[in-house]
Amino acid sequence: MPEFKRPHALADVTTHYCPGCTHGIVHRLVAEVIDEMGIEGETIGVCPVGCSVMAYDYFECDMLEAAHGRAPAVATGVKRANPDKFVFTYQGDGDLAAIGTAEIVHAATRGENITVIFINNTTYGMTGGQMAPTTLPGQVTQTTPYGRDTSNEGFPVKVCEMLSQLDGVALAERVTVIDPANVRKAKAAIRKGFEFQKNKQGFSIIEVLSTCPTNWGKTPVEALERVKTEMIPYYPLGVYKEGAVR
Amino acid sequence: MAEKSLMKGNEALAEAAIRAGCKCFFGYPITPQTEISAYLSKRMPKVGGVFLQAESEVAAINMVYGCAGSGIRCMTSSSSPGISLKTEGISYIAGADLPCVIINVQRGGPGLGGIQPSQADYWQVTHALGHGDFHALVFAPASVQEMVDTVTKAFDLADEYRMPAVILADGLLGQMMEPVAFEDVEIKMSDASNKPWAASGHGGKRKHTIINSLYLKPDELENTVRERFARYEDVKAKHTEAVCDYCDDAETVVIAYGSTARLAKSAVEAARKEGIKAGIVRPVTLWPFPVNEINEACKNAKNVLVVEMSMGQMVEDVKLALNCSKPVEFYGRTGGIIPKPAEILAKIKEMGGKN
Repeated sequence: MPEFKRPHALADVTTHYCPGCTHGIVHRLVAEVIDEMGIEGETIGVCPVGCSVMAYDYFECDMLEAAHGRAPAVATGVKRANPDKFVFTYQGDGDLAAIGTAEIVHAATRGENITVIFINNTTYGMTGGQMAPTTLPGQVTQTTPYGRDTSNEGFPVKVCEMLSQLDGVALAERVTVIDPANVRKAKAAIRKGFEFQKNKQGFSIIEVLSTCPTNWGKTPVEALERVKTEMIPYYPLGVYKEGAVR
Repeated sequence: MAEKSLMKGNEALAEAAIRAGCKCFFGYPITPQTEISAYLSKRMPKVGGVFLQAESEVAAINMVYGCAGSGIRCMTSSSSPGISLKTEGISYIAGADLPCVIINVQRGGPGLGGIQPSQADYWQVTHALGHGDFHALVFAPASVQEMVDTVTKAFDLADEYRMPAVILADGLLGQMMEPVAFEDVEIKMSDASNKPWAASGHGGKRKHTIINSLYLKPDELENTVRERFARYEDVKAKHTEAVCDYCDDAETVVIAYGSTARLAKSAVEAARKEGIKAGIVRPVTLWPFPVNEINEACKNAKNVLVVEMSMGQMVEDVKLALNCSKPVEFYGRTGGIIPKPAEILAKIKEMGGKN
């Protein structure tokens, strides 16, 4: 029976994440994959601007902090200079699907051999719960106090569906971490992304439907329930694209 | 002495970057600097380097951030409107203490402006190349040969002081052809081997490195900024450069940089032939600004003339350098118009009777 302990790649520090937030689980899964592949020393991570801005303190591999939305460009610079190293970005929905839309689309279409961990919690957490590009129709946020009105704010961006149209993408998979079975699937998806990268087979993105109890005004348990009842119907889980592009 | 060949400024600069150990180039097309990208797209793959055309200027400078952050010598180039887009990334590069070289082949502005030569980005490059407290090294070469020679110096000083270096050219320097020789240069610090701060994968041999510009505690942020500014003082002391000609007895000292300095020098030499005691100072570094050199050159001057391809953006720095001890006048053309030596000479003559 293996002992349950902290992965080496996950720094032994207290994170700043709110109670019930799923960032901690996703961080752990990334660190477990890095440990299991034995690649901590060859891995370089790129953090975003948003709640995970300080993730550079939470991973034991070398890390860079990028400007808002620019993580895929920063990761491209690292990877092109170090093609044999593992490079991942860890980005939220505002970072990746609003201000950083150009960077993620073009990193994907170039087939950059990087792995993107994309946290979709339908809100800007760090700045206090404003409308994100992924905010659901009708969802109340600080900047959609009457609910997201699609006649005014338009529609949510479905990132995996969009990126799966691009030829450079080896893996686009949407997962969640709301229960043990889904945590295992999420970890398998992250592992797959790093394996595609190891074999230089193209761009991989793992979208994780996540919670933000604080800004949703819910308890952690209610937040997990919301992922199941409101988010998954709009953002179906599953593999949107899988296969080496080169 | 290396053999000379005739080359366009932009292409010579690009070749010089490869010879200076630049391993990666990230760019985006914009006139009048596109030949740099075009040249490197041909040459980089042949020398095992990386050429990548980014989706935007914003992405290109952030690729530089990542590449430089992993310890690899890299460069981007653009022209004025594109540099505005890069300023976000340049601020982060400065904030994370990363070395890189940025080329600005200036064109007229503001806005889309024009595509003809200009020096209207002086304020931006010397005073506000992004948000926050920081400087970039700024070199202003005046010939194709000097552009070539500046590239190595820019990379070396960027690496030594861990700060961005800008080569401020203009459409005239970028587009004209001149004889140029490439001397063999010693390549220092082109990869991560001498950069213990680089995020290049720790290999299990050291603690992880973090490339970052975020400091949420005010005292920590203040300390990093103060440390950076202490480094700047060292740069000022050791690496400020200007070229002075005919200044010893000059009554009118002309101050101009880049291609304009060559036109102004022609005007000064024409003035000397007419018995007018004119001299010229050409700042080679715009940051650090050659304050002492200008004061020394102007010690016998009755007045000073600043000449630029702009509405007079360097004038205030000259006045500050002289502490307003001499009258400072300005002559310039803008919008892509190159001032003629005869126009500058006429202004020197007009100032002859004044003190």
